[in-house]
Amino acid sequence: MKSPLRSSRRAPGEPRAIGYLYILPALAVYAAFLLYPFGQSVWLSLLHWDGLNAATWAGLDNYGDLFTDPALRAPFVHALVLLIFYAALPVAIGLLLAAVMSRFRVRGMTFFRTVLFLPQVLAMVVVGVTWRSILAPDGMLNDVLNLVGLDSLSRAWLGDENWALPAVGVVGTWVETGLCMVLFLAGAQRIPRELYEAARIDGAGAVREFFTVTLPGLRAEIAVALTLTIVAGLRNFDLIYITTSGGPGNATSVPAYEVYHRAFETNQVGSAAAVGVALTVVIFVLTVTVSRLVEGRRS
Amino acid sequence: MISRTERTTGYAILTLFAVISLTPVLGILSTAFGKQGALGTGFSLPEGGLHWSNFADAWTRGHFGTYLGNSVLVAAVVVLATALLATLAGYAFGVMDFPFATPLFYLFVIGLTLPQEALVVPLYFDLRYVELTDTYWALILPQTAQSLAFGVFWMRAYFRGSARSVIEAARMDGASTWTTLWRVLVPMGRPAITTMIVITFMWTWNEFLMALVMVSEEGLRTVPLGLAFFQGQHASETSLLAAASVLIALPVVIVYVALQRRFIEGMLTGAVKE
Repeated sequence: MKSPLRSSRRAPGEPRAIGYLYILPALAVYAAFLLYPFGQSVWLSLLHWDGLNAATWAGLDNYGDLFTDPALRAPFVHALVLLIFYAALPVAIGLLLAAVMSRFRVRGMTFFRTVLFLPQVLAMVVVGVTWRSILAPDGMLNDVLNLVGLDSLSRAWLGDENWALPAVGVVGTWVETGLCMVLFLAGAQRIPRELYEAARIDGAGAVREFFTVTLPGLRAEIAVALTLTIVAGLRNFDLIYITTSGGPGNATSVPAYEVYHRAFETNQVGSAAAVGVALTVVIFVLTVTVSRLVEGRRS
Repeated sequence: MISRTERTTGYAILTLFAVISLTPVLGILSTAFGKQGALGTGFSLPEGGLHWSNFADAWTRGHFGTYLGNSVLVAAVVVLATALLATLAGYAFGVMDFPFATPLFYLFVIGLTLPQEALVVPLYFDLRYVELTDTYWALILPQTAQSLAFGVFWMRAYFRGSARSVIEAARMDGASTWTTLWRVLVPMGRPAITTMIVITFMWTWNEFLMALVMVSEEGLRTVPLGLAFFQGQHASETSLLAAASVLIALPVVIVYVALQRRFIEGMLTGAVKE
């Protein structure tokens, strides 16, 4: 018999080594179809390979190209521009809403939450098909513009060299804004009422109240929102493939699309792998920065 | 205390964005019931009654019946495999103590941020080499692996939080680790497991890139892939495209409306790391 003291100190569930048997099936699948391919991506990125003939050693050439080749630099620049639409704008709009609504209970929250979060559960392929018809030359956006007499503004949004990228970005804003609103509203409701009363007594106006009470109170939610929206903004292959295929020219090419394009359409497998690995690095750096900057300051 | 203007402004913003969220969805819904051959690629209103025939056409002429069958099969296998493997692994990570448990767990957490784009290229060449491309396996195995990152993370959190006293009591009664898991913890953990299942289902159902790369045979296409090809060939058949979009979105939306709390909870906690 074991003493109760000992079993409460250690995790219950007797023979410890049996833990390995429990994780083995998951680990096997995970290692074979996720960890191993990622390692191979790193390896492939160091090669020149067309997918058919023998590969040759490239060293860091494929990575050097990311900085020197304009055709590879552009997708990363576009990705950063898209982050304004996917992450910055939705977070800003969500915070604005939280600022206005932080001091009273929201009625009908279930309805608003369901509707605002809806874009998150739709397949990006469906979102792409839908927005393609909204942004089409004879689509809804131009119809509305014509209706209010702004005919001069209407254009083929996705076919326009200058407007295609922001147009795709707006779709991202549409998808992500609801998520930020839902997160921040729920977070703001959890901020203790007394903090607002104290701020009022100190004579704080609405603006100071936002910066001293609401914004610090939403720190954790902001970190979650930024992480989710940044990752979504960098993994946007589906939307680009459906709406523009990176065009016109390469006006909307992004790293996620470039990986597919290079590996399976132009036979530059090594370069494609390098773009994929670089994308991973960008995602890691940005998400770690967010949790350091936004969340870490608290401790 | 709170001025009427503030309240009104708040609800005005909420309502405005609710309308913005819904407009494209309602647009595609109304187009799906619209008249076929209506000119233009924009939305249309159903004139002269609802045209259910668009759905029948998408089903037969667009082969969405076949695609839906494929999607159901792939999603079912991925969800079941993920649920089973993640429960087992999450259980070990949650309540057992063995060497290297923490580093092994972090190995799974990495998968939460690793983008598919960094895996898909070697996966294609590997699976082609073992002649698995153009089979259901090429869709099932990689997606199971990717879902496991979330599944293991999620289930570990559940087992961590489950009452120690319950596990102790089961052990006092002489239950083995295996019996404790299936007779006690799994029945108790139905909410957590449901969340994992609906999230995995949604990801698998909506997955596009993996299907695009792994499958070239038409008979194996899943619904998102089917829609992409259908759009490529019949871009002007707006009402058929819309009907197909509705068919794709509907299963997930139904589950979402029924279980929205689980959805939102699951999707938001995926980003919270320890």
